[in-house]
Amino acid sequence: MRYLIPLMLALACVPLLAPPDYFLHLGVTVLLTAVAGTGWAMMGRYGLVSFGHGAFLGIGAYAMALLWNMAGLTPWVGIPVAVALAALVGVMLGYPCFRLKVVGHYFALVTLAAGEIVRILITALREYTGGSLGMTPDRVPPEQGLLAMQFDKAGFWWLALLAWGAGLLAWWLLDRSMASKALAAISEDEEAAASIGIRVTREKLRVTLISTALAALAGTLMAQYRMYLNPESLAGLGISLQIVFGAIAGGMYAPLGPTVGAIITIGLEEVLRIAFGTEFTGGAPFIYGILLVLFMIYLPRGIVGIVERKRRSATAPLGLPAAAK
Amino acid sequence: MDSFLLEALVNGILLGGVFALPALGLNLVFGVVDVVWLCYAELVMVGMYAVWFLYTQAGWPLWMAFAACLPVVSLLGLLLHLLVVRPLLASPPINQVLATGGVLFLLQGAMTLIFRTDFRSLGVDMPPMEVGEIFVSGTKLAAFCAALLGAALLWAFLKFTYVGTAIRAIARDREVMPLMGVDPQRIYLIASAVGGALAGLAACLLVVQLDVHPFVGLSFGPITFMICVMGGLGNMLGGFLAAFLMGIIVSVGGFWGSTEFSYVVAFGFFIVTIFARPRGLFAR
Repeated sequence: MRYLIPLMLALACVPLLAPPDYFLHLGVTVLLTAVAGTGWAMMGRYGLVSFGHGAFLGIGAYAMALLWNMAGLTPWVGIPVAVALAALVGVMLGYPCFRLKVVGHYFALVTLAAGEIVRILITALREYTGGSLGMTPDRVPPEQGLLAMQFDKAGFWWLALLAWGAGLLAWWLLDRSMASKALAAISEDEEAAASIGIRVTREKLRVTLISTALAALAGTLMAQYRMYLNPESLAGLGISLQIVFGAIAGGMYAPLGPTVGAIITIGLEEVLRIAFGTEFTGGAPFIYGILLVLFMIYLPRGIVGIVERKRRSATAPLGLPAAAK
Repeated sequence: MDSFLLEALVNGILLGGVFALPALGLNLVFGVVDVVWLCYAELVMVGMYAVWFLYTQAGWPLWMAFAACLPVVSLLGLLLHLLVVRPLLASPPINQVLATGGVLFLLQGAMTLIFRTDFRSLGVDMPPMEVGEIFVSGTKLAAFCAALLGAALLWAFLKFTYVGTAIRAIARDREVMPLMGVDPQRIYLIASAVGGALAGLAACLLVVQLDVHPFVGLSFGPITFMICVMGGLGNMLGGFLAAFLMGIIVSVGGFWGSTEFSYVVAFGFFIVTIFARPRGLFAR
């Protein structure tokens, strides 16, 4: 956390150096992917593994775009509304899950079903959403761009940086609160946690709220940045698993883990695209897949996990073995 | 009853038969090995490509392509177990699921690399049959019969063979069975191979009804998982019955609205079911 403020200030200066557009584009994409991954990992690291986080990207993005296209509501207002809506859906789905003790595989598969429902609904409501062809938010003339949140890449760089900072801040606040200890206890043994007075449902709902709100925030900004929405890239199993992959590859137990994961996934995709062009379509998921398997077998704590372990063993050789679990 | 509604109902039952096979395979593997193969629909997808390739590209007769598909996917199931699942047997369940999720990407990517993203059709169709007042697609009826046959064979295998008995026993108690002289590793391998073969059979039935493309697994994968969870993970009979229930819901739902809404109804039904019966409809 100590490094976050200087780091953010340094990153905020980047657009002033007039870097190439391509660099800014990659940066915005990485930051927004990292926000979604951070949101997912906040639940994932406490054993609440969701395979439906894509749904919240989708709900947020489509709510924002529809409010803009149909009601003319500027994304500056539309994004908070859309994020609140997505978080509400998350809580409405989470409440019965937590109350009725839908955990583990069952929770993962309920969230998977929810993600698919959202994807199919977006496709089916094609009169409003454009179906699988996707939709574009209405453009405005450049002089009204600021009000409509339509500006150049530098503007989105700062917005994405703010969202990323918000995600890390939420992580940090959660980490040093009692809720984090309670959630860790719940993920170890729900019954035992309940017996010492932890309100299991409430704690889980709170983290679900934060997690889905972050995912929705990432979704809205992605859509607004690309000025294009489609159900495949904003909802459903494919994107949900990609979020999971990024968070796992980087390491879901460390605040910067999902960010490292986002750099890896986006970087890998770009390297493959540049090196092989369209000849190698399918190469990226192929390599992702192999990496995901290898990570699970050899590095379940992700890349940041190794760094952490090294640092811990260097500074505290007598550290508790449990911490390495 | 309205004959169109009746037709939707019959189609639902036929569809349920096709859902039943992957649900049985997934439940078998989960019940025995205690791992969810998230890439199960992608194994089916590879099988569909195998049939398509052998029949249209290599010029094999259709029955030989079908016969070859089963061992191919079965081998894939074995490899999945040996290379991915076995090293993770002691890991938390979620790591296992995510690793098989990795295999999902891997298989989608591999098939995209080899066959591109074009939709491939087998171009085989059977004439519809008229039964009473309603028309039934011949392809669907044949697929349904094959699915029932496959399920019956699986049942006989589990019920009447020594290995089948061992499989059922290990699904019931994996701590005690090793003490009784059952080698769990061997049983896991057999269950994975049989689970793969069921995916292969499902591939044969689906490839005549659907065009195959690298992402075709996403169109029937999620509903297969939901069927398994609804029936109770690892509960074979529950999964079998839930498959028909889902088939009917999808088909009759499509009769009143669009196909997409029928899936929304089916998935919504699934979520409500899980809230009402968190361990599956048929949990004891």
